[in-house]
Amino acid sequence: MEEDAETRKISSSFLRDHSYATEADIISTVEFNHTGELLATGDKGGRVVIFQREQESKNQPHRRGEYNVYSTFQSHEPEFDYLKSLEIEEKINKIRWLPQQNAAYFLLSTNDKTVKLWKVSERDKRPEGYNLKDEDGRLRDPSMITVLRVPVLRPMDLMVEATPRRVFANAHTYHINSISVNSDYETYMSADDLRINLWNFEITNQSFNIVDIKPANMEELTEVITAAEFHPHHCNTFVYSSSKGTIRLCDMRTAALCDRHAKFFEEPEDPSNRSFFSEIISSISDVKFSHSGRYIMTRDYLTVKVWDLNMENRPIETYQVHDYLRSKLCSLYENDCIFDKFECVWNGSDSVIMTGSYNNFFRMFDRNTKRDVTLEASRENSKPRAILKPRKVCVGGKRRKDEISVDSLDFSKKILHTAWHPSENIIAVAATNNLYIFQDKVN
Amino acid sequence: MGEEEGLHQTPFLDTMFVRGLKRKCFDGEEDIEGTLAGIKAIPSYNLQRQSLLDMSLVKLQLCHMLVEPNLCRSVLIANTVRQIQEEMTQDGTWQMINTQSTGQASLDRLVSTDILCRSSRDHQAEGKHGPAYGTFNKDFESDQAQDNSETMSTASAVQTPRNLQSNVWEMESPQENKGNFQKSLDQIFETLENKSPNTVEDLFSEVDNSYYDLDTMLTGMMSNTKMGHCDSLETFSSPTNTASNSNCKSDLNDLDHIVEILVES
Repeated sequence: MEEDAETRKISSSFLRDHSYATEADIISTVEFNHTGELLATGDKGGRVVIFQREQESKNQPHRRGEYNVYSTFQSHEPEFDYLKSLEIEEKINKIRWLPQQNAAYFLLSTNDKTVKLWKVSERDKRPEGYNLKDEDGRLRDPSMITVLRVPVLRPMDLMVEATPRRVFANAHTYHINSISVNSDYETYMSADDLRINLWNFEITNQSFNIVDIKPANMEELTEVITAAEFHPHHCNTFVYSSSKGTIRLCDMRTAALCDRHAKFFEEPEDPSNRSFFSEIISSISDVKFSHSGRYIMTRDYLTVKVWDLNMENRPIETYQVHDYLRSKLCSLYENDCIFDKFECVWNGSDSVIMTGSYNNFFRMFDRNTKRDVTLEASRENSKPRAILKPRKVCVGGKRRKDEISVDSLDFSKKILHTAWHPSENIIAVAATNNLYIFQDKVN
Repeated sequence: MGEEEGLHQTPFLDTMFVRGLKRKCFDGEEDIEGTLAGIKAIPSYNLQRQSLLDMSLVKLQLCHMLVEPNLCRSVLIANTVRQIQEEMTQDGTWQMINTQSTGQASLDRLVSTDILCRSSRDHQAEGKHGPAYGTFNKDFESDQAQDNSETMSTASAVQTPRNLQSNVWEMESPQENKGNFQKSLDQIFETLENKSPNTVEDLFSEVDNSYYDLDTMLTGMMSNTKMGHCDSLETFSSPTNTASNSNCKSDLNDLDHIVEILVES
């Protein structure tokens, strides 16, 4: 791994204090913007926290652009659907940044049902000296206005404002699992368990349904959509993954409703590994195009796979994330961990991939050298600027020093969400209610 | 039936279900032809499969209590159940259970499609069976008093699928579904409603303790570490060893009657 993952240093960590952490503080999504200057997290409490990388300073060369809180706002509130008599959670399922086009930043955030477009902008000046209003904004008595003044802008403390610009609601019956901004920057899609909708950023009261796999008779339902994403360069192309471990690539030019896929990626099942859990563990929890647009990466319960868009019958690379769990599938089914949705990310050059595991472990795979490493994101063994030690899980036989046995893994500590800076080796790892930011060693 | 009873019914049924069926799996084994892979013929495989089936049915049942369950999870569990039942149908285990438990009841009455794919119209029709079901449960409890475990297992084999008002993911008509829970489920649901269960784990902890005991054993067997097959089998089988076949037969007629009421009307 370039620069070696084990030499990564922690540049900042621990966003919140955890003595009073609650369920609402659990981070549910992490996303860098397109420049990597900002990092957004969403949590189960419906909040979005944005971090900004500080400017590098010459006097403190060891501080290499740490991330500090830039803005915090409540994106979604808990709601109640009176028709269905059900609560809609405020949990942020996904955040996606729009490419920056002016001084303001825009991002999409979604919970189970509603997508919102937020504008995050700075204000460091305020106008003073209005004619009709006084300093507090109250209208002045017209008879008191005797002179004409020219309002002026005066500097003030920097303020970051987040304002909701659009609310895209009422289009999803099932739970939204993905949103993806199209490379035309005018549209985006939102996918739920059974349907994918296409939206224009300017229009909130209608969307086009581009995929619908809901059977006429719900009794026949055996497959759901688990994730979806637009191609990074071709605005007509998108992929979606399913609970049966398959990926469909669709071309929106062929028909308005993309019920028929253009490509169908599926790996034949290995008969030697067949069990009752085969289908569950092959269910895809995340799908991501490489930055180049040539490859797709998918994450299922035990592996990460890289597919070449030009080869549909099998992945070109398969990486074992935690194969030692294969013998534990029954317990993992029993305690529902087998349904955990791990995500996966590419590094900026598509040469390394990263995904999470249990026990606060996360894994990196170098596609060129085929080296892999297991790292741990935890408070106990990481202090600011400490070097991360690779961890090893012991599989059978004698346990060596520094190894951890499969039986002592903590399945309540799982790393589901990670993000990789678009151009540098900086990663963000969400471990329950903590966010860790690691970067390559300086020098 | 009070809320208390409602709460305890499910675990009780599950335990009995497994115990009774285990004995049948044993019986059936001599009949199974060489069509099965070697591994599948050993009793522990059948036992594991049965336990997995039970576990899945309970999970589905709990999914169904939620107005808007995690669809992906529900579908995956339901597919697992289908797969198990398909396999059991193929190797004859399923048929055996059916023949033994309901006499002449035809296979398709209780197999996966019936359990998993019930339309909401059927649910409404079933609403009428509430009282009959209640009676059934009372009979059931008195059976328990007589320590007739064989009857109980037979009854539960029928009953578990009936409880499983599947169609778990028909979210677009949640009210309809909700109105059609069977009586005991309703009671469980009412009890839980006040506590607004957020996670399935919550539900499990409220409803179903003995279920977990079962799983612990199953897990032990799967990993082949803590418990040898024989040990675990003995744990499973000891209660049923006392029940004889004749006991079973004598009660089957009554049961058939009850089952017919439940299934036909």
